[in-house]
Amino acid sequence: MKQFDVIVVGGGHAGAEAAAAAARMGAATALVTLKREAIGVMSCNPAIGGLGKGHLVREIDAMDGIMGHAADRAGIQFRLLNRRKGPAVQGPRTQADRKLYRAAIQNLLGQYETLSILQGEVASLLLDSGRARGVVLADGVQLSARAVVITAGTFLNGVIHLGDQSREGGRVGDAPSKLLAAQLADLNLQQGRLKTGTPPRLDGRTINWDILDKQAGDDDPTMFSFMNNAPFVAQISCGITQTNAKTHDIVRGNLSRSAMYGGHISGVGPRYCPSIEDKVVRFADKDSHQIFLEPEGLDDPIVYPNGISTSLPADVQQDYVQSILGLENVVITQPGYAIEYDFFDPRGLEPSLQLKALQGVFFAGQINGTTGYEEAAAQGLVAGLNAALLSQDRPMQRFSRTDSYIGVMLDDLTSQGVTEPYRMFTSRAEYRLALRADNADQRLTGLGIELGCVSKARADSFDRKMASLSQAKAALTGYQFSPKELQAVGITLSMDGGRRSAFDVLAFDGVTIDHAAQLVPEFAAFDRDIQEQSAKDALYVQYIQRQDRDILRLRADEALQIPSGFVYAGLPGLSNELSQKLQRIAPANIHLASKIEGMTPAALLLIISYLRRDRAVGRNG
Amino acid sequence: MDTIFALASARGRAGVAVIRISGPKAHWAISQLCDVPSPRRAALRALRFGGDVLDQAVVIVFDQGASFTGEESGELHLHGSLAVVAKVSEVLASMDGLRLAEAGEFTRRAMDNGNLDLTQVEGLADLIDAESESQRKQALQVLSGAIAAKVGPWRAAMLRAAALIEATIDFADEDVPVDVTPELRDLLQSLVRDIAAESRGSVAAEQIREGFEVAILGAPNIGKSTLLNALAKREAAITSEIAGTTRDIIEVRMSIAGLSVTLLDTAGLRDSHDVVESIGIARAKARAESADLRIFLAQDRAEVFPLIPRADDIFLLGKGDMRGASGPSVSGKTGQGVEELLAQIAQRLEGKAASAGVFTRQRHRSALLAAESALTKAIAFLPKASEQPELVATEIRVALTALEGILGHIGVEDLLGEIFSSFCIGK
Repeated sequence: MKQFDVIVVGGGHAGAEAAAAAARMGAATALVTLKREAIGVMSCNPAIGGLGKGHLVREIDAMDGIMGHAADRAGIQFRLLNRRKGPAVQGPRTQADRKLYRAAIQNLLGQYETLSILQGEVASLLLDSGRARGVVLADGVQLSARAVVITAGTFLNGVIHLGDQSREGGRVGDAPSKLLAAQLADLNLQQGRLKTGTPPRLDGRTINWDILDKQAGDDDPTMFSFMNNAPFVAQISCGITQTNAKTHDIVRGNLSRSAMYGGHISGVGPRYCPSIEDKVVRFADKDSHQIFLEPEGLDDPIVYPNGISTSLPADVQQDYVQSILGLENVVITQPGYAIEYDFFDPRGLEPSLQLKALQGVFFAGQINGTTGYEEAAAQGLVAGLNAALLSQDRPMQRFSRTDSYIGVMLDDLTSQGVTEPYRMFTSRAEYRLALRADNADQRLTGLGIELGCVSKARADSFDRKMASLSQAKAALTGYQFSPKELQAVGITLSMDGGRRSAFDVLAFDGVTIDHAAQLVPEFAAFDRDIQEQSAKDALYVQYIQRQDRDILRLRADEALQIPSGFVYAGLPGLSNELSQKLQRIAPANIHLASKIEGMTPAALLLIISYLRRDRAVGRNG
Repeated sequence: MDTIFALASARGRAGVAVIRISGPKAHWAISQLCDVPSPRRAALRALRFGGDVLDQAVVIVFDQGASFTGEESGELHLHGSLAVVAKVSEVLASMDGLRLAEAGEFTRRAMDNGNLDLTQVEGLADLIDAESESQRKQALQVLSGAIAAKVGPWRAAMLRAAALIEATIDFADEDVPVDVTPELRDLLQSLVRDIAAESRGSVAAEQIREGFEVAILGAPNIGKSTLLNALAKREAAITSEIAGTTRDIIEVRMSIAGLSVTLLDTAGLRDSHDVVESIGIARAKARAESADLRIFLAQDRAEVFPLIPRADDIFLLGKGDMRGASGPSVSGKTGQGVEELLAQIAQRLEGKAASAGVFTRQRHRSALLAAESALTKAIAFLPKASEQPELVATEIRVALTALEGILGHIGVEDLLGEIFSSFCIGK
């Protein structure tokens, strides 16, 4: 039997990031995948990042993960979304060349000496006294490990729908992992069914680009990785077109042939990524919807028409696509399809993404009901880190809503579950002004260094940056200026106001870095990126201070951990109903317990007091 | 960590009411009212704030590590009157870093600091259970009635406002309306208007719930106690021909025109060298300040009282039976003018009650004021909504959070639901 510390099942975005994280932690890691060459494939749209999603990629990068690097290497059209709005709501995004992205991921994984990539199908988990000890491959080979990360994605009972045709499978051309699915079913985990769709792919050589509007990338591209500062390859533009009344008529006239509208699909689809059928039905008053024509690569003729995912039959797709401006003679290289797949209720997971029902098994990615490469990779990072920590007998790492979008996502998933494919938005983060894409490193790289998942090169660069930032801030806060002194450099404030530091006034409307540099000559000497970061850090200080009380309270509740196996039955004053519920849900900490439906302040108080007593007498660890 | 305070004794009239304060600014807060006594020593202090004497109170402070909560803390043992408790609470709430405690928060802090043993916690848990059960029932009543009718549309309007601004943030790349500010401005302005009106009305609503205080004031031996007894239809106060018989405040609870009223008989207003009587007179003045309605019994029509007059004060000549028909007068002794006075009191109080809103508690009012202030800021940020929508969104979120206690929780799922049902998202 081959020995590993951590085994990662699946080579999608969650699996790749999980394997990389475990390997960075020094764990002997095996990534088992059905097809080695499929690692890093983007199965849906050829883009990384966006609002909320870009924040996640930055956070992955802050922990020295691989998604940001790969996106930078493959990026062919970088755009900072909400560029003209405040830094808290800016999200980096790029079109990515599919081939380059896949190559970058495979290349990055290849650099980890402690990572082995094995091709094969995982048939079952090896179990021993109630916990996972490894996996058995379909060919009978056994691999042992202290922790197994399962990132089975849409391969679980996946069914593909193309009009009234349906067949089993994950991505087109892949076989579903039925054996593993059967074994997971034995654990009696709560399951649900979701669906997602893809648009038809077009041959770009048959698109009439000349009559279409173009959207170029930013002039000064914003990279994902804190370690990069410019694109690696040539930059391109996307085309923009739109549906019209004729398109909608064709769709409307064929709704009964759509898999989704014809009653063939039972899963729930996302509200934010509606199919063209959904758009036509639900927003009947709109006579046009925008479509972005996104090239899949620099030397790839295939174009991804973002905005018209569908499960209509191929002939109808042909008709409605050709009704669109610029696509009159287009050739469809692969029709769009809808896919249904199982997910496991993420409320069955601890915040570490370890399965509550089976020690040593972690779930990450679409298997938990999420959608999107970035959401998958972020979970992969968390599962990979914690799997490595478990194998090293170290305590699990918890991410909080107060420190990261990763924490927001884990909290949402493990306490609220999902009712539609879960996607990240900035509006999910109540501490949005503090959790910015620009300060992901300030929030997380220190933690990464502490855990041991950050390379020396990044740690050094981070330390230098933090030292500069703290010197710059010291310079900015070092002197309090009177309104008159501020006026001398062109900052007009009410004259009866008190004295303010340059850091304070940077938060005011119209006050620029140049003003600050005039006030504080030392500040003028810092690099532009340090100056800009200081200004961003200054912008929301007042709001962030206002939120600090809530943050402290939430962190304190999260810090009060409930050991797994805590017995609720017999706690005096706890109703049977509530104690059974608590036993079943097994919240990992007091914050999660407080979110359980029917929880009372009195019951929380009791649990807290028992936790304290247990700690005092040294029971339950 | 905030410093919290709350009435620690039962609500309602009692001999003594205890307000407990706990947290890093507890001693500082007390120092704003009086000289802070040395720890664990009960001391009698006059509580003063902004030039007003709030009450004479027994004040005790405890150091950090030597208190119920384990934090720096203190207790104010006040006279058990709703008006005094309300005034002191209001003053404390106005101090920076202080806020009203949530249910069970003192206990929670005590426990966080390791100051409770298990049996104590279990006992307290039962208490809190009873409390939260009654709160739950009360909340259900509130939600099924008049407040729900107010709150439902607010909730919808706030969600709509939040969704409008969030859509411009999270779906900047998609087919959302470019300029949401006109609709947003309308929504926010009408919310501010409605909430401000309700928060004004909530003062009267709380009075209805707690009862109105009507003080009888005037010179010694003018017949205040006799009038009180006549109004109450029982011998509640001792009456005699000796001026200065009433030295402390006598309270009689009764119903006038269906409203709960507390009549206050007070010491006669005069310069006195008697120490006890002087205290009574000072107290009478303080109560006159906080009373909802005041009846002045005058010796003659030119009498000037040592109090700032209010428009709705009732002036009558006292001892009407000895005066003939020289003007509006009243006599508790013969009952002359008593019915007219009752009618007059009823009319004035009904006028106050008519302005009452549906929000009946201090907690409601705090929430309304916080929401109003946040929404006002959101409106101020609107001209910059396209450059800094996150600030508008933050203030709307603050307003939503402030109302959470009344509204029930608004989760992000509600917000996203509103966004997705309004806009065609998904390129």
